[in-house]
Amino acid sequence: MSAQFLATDSLPFCKGCGHSLVAKGIGQALDAIQGLSPRDVIVVTDIGCIGIIDKEFATHTIHGLHGRSIALASGIRLGLENPGKKIIVLLGDGGATIGMQHLLDAAHRNLDLKVIVHNNMLYGMTGGQPSSLTPCGYKTSIMPEGKADAGIDLVALVAAAGAPMAMRTIASAAMSAQIGDLLAAEGFAFLEVLELCTSHGVKLNPGKSVAAIAKEAGLELKILRNPHASPATILTEVRPSLLEKISPIAREWQRGLPWTQKADRSPSNTARRISIVLAGSAGEGVQTSAEILAQAAMSCGLHVSKKGSYPVTVGIGFSMAEVIISEAPIRYTGAGSPDVLLICSEDGLEKVKGLLNAKGRGMVYLDATLEPAFRRFLGHASDASLQIRAYREIAGAKSALLAAVSHYLRREGELPLEAFEASIRRHMGEKTNLDAIMKDFEA
Amino acid sequence: MPDNSNRSLIDGSLLMVEAAAQAGVDSFVGYPITPANLLYLYSSKRFPLVLPATDEITTLQWMSGLSASGRIPMTATSYPGLALMLESIGMAFMMELPMLIILAQRLGPATGSATCNAQGDLLLLRGINSGGYPIPVFCASDLEGCWIMAAKAAATAQTLRTPVVLLTSKEMAMTLRDWDLSSLPPLAKGAVKAFNASKDFLPYAAAPFGAPSLDRAVPGVPDFLPLGNEKARVRLTASTHDEKGDLQHASPAALANTARLYDKIVLNLPLYTEYRHMDRKADTLVIAFDVTAEAAWDAAEMLEGEGKLIDLLVPGTLFPVPPVYLEIASRYRRVIVAEENHDGQYRKILFGEAGRQGVSGVNAVGKMVSPLDILKEAVR
Ligand code: SF4
Repeated sequence: MSAQFLATDSLPFCKGCGHSLVAKGIGQALDAIQGLSPRDVIVVTDIGCIGIIDKEFATHTIHGLHGRSIALASGIRLGLENPGKKIIVLLGDGGATIGMQHLLDAAHRNLDLKVIVHNNMLYGMTGGQPSSLTPCGYKTSIMPEGKADAGIDLVALVAAAGAPMAMRTIASAAMSAQIGDLLAAEGFAFLEVLELCTSHGVKLNPGKSVAAIAKEAGLELKILRNPHASPATILTEVRPSLLEKISPIAREWQRGLPWTQKADRSPSNTARRISIVLAGSAGEGVQTSAEILAQAAMSCGLHVSKKGSYPVTVGIGFSMAEVIISEAPIRYTGAGSPDVLLICSEDGLEKVKGLLNAKGRGMVYLDATLEPAFRRFLGHASDASLQIRAYREIAGAKSALLAAVSHYLRREGELPLEAFEASIRRHMGEKTNLDAIMKDFEA
Repeated sequence: MPDNSNRSLIDGSLLMVEAAAQAGVDSFVGYPITPANLLYLYSSKRFPLVLPATDEITTLQWMSGLSASGRIPMTATSYPGLALMLESIGMAFMMELPMLIILAQRLGPATGSATCNAQGDLLLLRGINSGGYPIPVFCASDLEGCWIMAAKAAATAQTLRTPVVLLTSKEMAMTLRDWDLSSLPPLAKGAVKAFNASKDFLPYAAAPFGAPSLDRAVPGVPDFLPLGNEKARVRLTASTHDEKGDLQHASPAALANTARLYDKIVLNLPLYTEYRHMDRKADTLVIAFDVTAEAAWDAAEMLEGEGKLIDLLVPGTLFPVPPVYLEIASRYRRVIVAEENHDGQYRKILFGEAGRQGVSGVNAVGKMVSPLDILKEAVR
């Protein structure tokens, strides 16, 4: 059988390095697979001495970053249409340390990758630093007294993550059969090869064989299997355009009176624009109420913008929305000091306190439960720009802001109430307490 | 008045995702981060392959694997995520893997304020690769721009075989506005030029610059074959390499290849230079991008109402900086660069730390630059 997969006469490793034994074992194991062509194999290599082997393989090769080879290989597996292609990942104990999450994740997902970790118990290329796999007492250049804590048992860890097959062996000239088993396994399969770095490991740990080191460290040569591991599923589904799901808002209503009276306009071409802040609590429909208002304005041919703000814990605390309604298309969406403030919960009041004090503040529509807190903050002076009603009590917590909007629209006449009502129905169907929301709060 | 428009309440995220899909992006790798949340949500309802990754390094590595196997992946992130992706973006650049990264900016430094707007990632984007090798960076400056620039970014990633960033911000990505969907122009699908099997395949060999190409190859861009293909061996590497993809120290062949990577992005700039220049021969030019460009349009309109003209330059291609921007700026006595960051990142990139006479900045942190801010500087 000719060596089709690996050019073995020019392996780039130091004399006696275990990497050469593993590489030859891979080449022989690939050669032994009937009908397999080098185009059927993708070798993914990590950084480190192992990463300079690509050139010797006749297969597809890809050489990426330190510790990331398994993640890169995972991406290839997730993207390849042909599941018959074999993906072999070669990395060292350093790369496995850096990319341990990638390793456990690929094992857990059971992605069809064959991963070989060359564990020579140190980072070779950079001069011999310890990795998380370096056993206790093993000496490296920056720890000549020996590593103080035990190395991780990667085989046990990978098996615990759910890999169908995880094994450990010692590098030898007779390891092609074991690599053959690895390549023949279904799904994710893992092999840790214990070996010595002749340049950095042997000198500092004289006379120690790999077998002796493994025994001392309690690293058994073993095969662990999870026979019930289910194969990875990669779902693909053609999905329709997002635009198909958007319902346009038709122009159905006349604008409210204030939009048609030209008298209050400045002489410049500046279009009329109002900003409305809705302030309440998370879970009380603040953002939806704002969208309903915005779409009601759209249905009257006006332009709108709507933005929300809430704490990172979206289920608790304040929720605030800012709606701008304008005659002209809206470019800049900043609001400055709002023209109208609708406040229906304590969280909301707390959040907009700064705006209440602002110069040129507009109308405030406040829920009755908040009056004491509001007075404590702003005093008892009578205020023509303040409307206080029992929105929460009448419409319920979740519809209180909608009730405040309806009150505002009835009072100021910005939009016909029918437009607002239709917008509520469009969002919520018929199952709303429309009567309570649309109650005449001016009566 | 009959109204035939198709007006909907829509945010920039939706338009960016849909446009990217129409321009050829076929997979999304996601990691949740504010304010890119909506981009992830819409992507999960749009792309054929949607993969939730464990972190941002994994995200970029998976995208690289997807891209090397022939797919066109996208992700959406913000600065903290981008910071983790950097090394892998360099890898994808070196391997010449097309992909799209939408960067929704938020207030830094570090985790900063996730839901506060900012435009503070320009310097990082300009210097994204060690050695200063640029990648194309686009920016949308209104809702229509979200549509057009996302498609342009996705197409450029494919044409030039490179990672591309589409820059946006919390305000552009998450604010809902009414928009006439029937006004959106149709989009062209991008394409990666595949290898023609009649010659030997070298994964990093590309048509030269300055010579007409027989097969309509873009100069400097190698033809593509995916990993696992049957035609020819593919060899990809993030390390310095020659045309064959063989890892080399700093041989002339390898350095020539690295120089080509620079030329590929910079010399092909005319293929993807996008900008708007409102040219009324005013003596003041305002340069602004993202939502700040919209404030600048408003400022121009307000000033016009008061009888004063200013001109605008709205860059669609932010990086590499198209030379035409500096040529345009040189025609104005005053140039104002408005941006939402502390010390004028784009201004300094355009005009250097020393600046030039007549160049000033309007900046804001923790709040949007308003039309009034720009107006005040313009009449100063
Ligand atoms: S330095 Fe060590 S790991 Fe690297 S090739 Fe030499 S012996 Fe092998």
